[in-house]
Amino acid sequence: MISLSQFLVFGAILFSISVAGIFLNRKNVLVLLMAIELMLLAVNVNFIAFSHFLGNINGQVFVFFVLTVAAAEAAIGLAILVTLFRNRRTINVEDLTAMKG
Amino acid sequence: MTLYQFLFYVFASSAVISAIRVVTVKNPVHAALFLVLTFFTTSLTWILMEAEFLGIVLLLVYVGAVMVLFLFVVMMLDINLAPLREGFVRNLPVGVFVALVMVIELGLIVGSHAFGLANYPAPTAAAAGTSNTLALGSVLYTEYVYPFEIAAFILLVAIVAAISLAHRKREGVLYQNIDQQVRVNRDDRIRMVKMVSSTPVVSEADDGKSNSSGEKRRD
Repeated sequence: MISLSQFLVFGAILFSISVAGIFLNRKNVLVLLMAIELMLLAVNVNFIAFSHFLGNINGQVFVFFVLTVAAAEAAIGLAILVTLFRNRRTINVEDLTAMKG
Repeated sequence: MTLYQFLFYVFASSAVISAIRVVTVKNPVHAALFLVLTFFTTSLTWILMEAEFLGIVLLLVYVGAVMVLFLFVVMMLDINLAPLREGFVRNLPVGVFVALVMVIELGLIVGSHAFGLANYPAPTAAAAGTSNTLALGSVLYTEYVYPFEIAAFILLVAIVAAISLAHRKREGVLYQNIDQQVRVNRDDRIRMVKMVSSTPVVSEADDGKSNSSGEKRRD
């Protein structure tokens, strides 16, 4: 059978890939948002693995809430991105320095 | 190797490979499509872990709605990709190094010595007819009903925020302003003109004037 640690390592690999993605695509806001979605997915894998192996349904309830917040975050992030692109004609992070102190 | 193990390795490896493609592929449209594949295969591993409801929700809500939203935005924006790829090669060693260190460290913590089958034996498969949706709902609507309502409110706020952010006022387009139409008063539209009800004899000049004013009203 598959052990709990294998599911957790799977989540850890997904999380590390998304961290690497943030390093690699530092200029593209769109891919940064995708990497954040991937991170939340990796966290959800851990929640569900623990919920399954401990026989506790509360982990799945947490996944439900994380999905809700992630959907809201994606919607608002993309709306900000569209507004940004409409005003500045770019989504390059390097050009977005209007709020620099 | 049982079927369960085989399925897990197939789903997990394809999820990892497509996640790597998400962060390395050049075109954001392809990245979004690979993200769809990652979510799909991950939801299959969730179903392997008997979280059927959340697996299907991830498919329907995430792959069906959020990822399509991503694709819409990616295709709507006419972005120049060349400057966005600058520094990819330069950051590659650092990113891979950090990711490898994280994987190794997390593997040391969650490895089989701590979370293996010896410490956490595989749970017995749920009996036929057990409903994951029922179990989740019976907790969600009793114990977690207050957080559930807050989650609904977060979604409402997200809708309002997304619409108000992305909504654009266009110049030079005539809108019907229902606010002003409803709030209008009688005095804004009607001007009472005092005039005699009948004029016995009018000259030519007076007659033309009263017609052009246009506001004839009998009281």
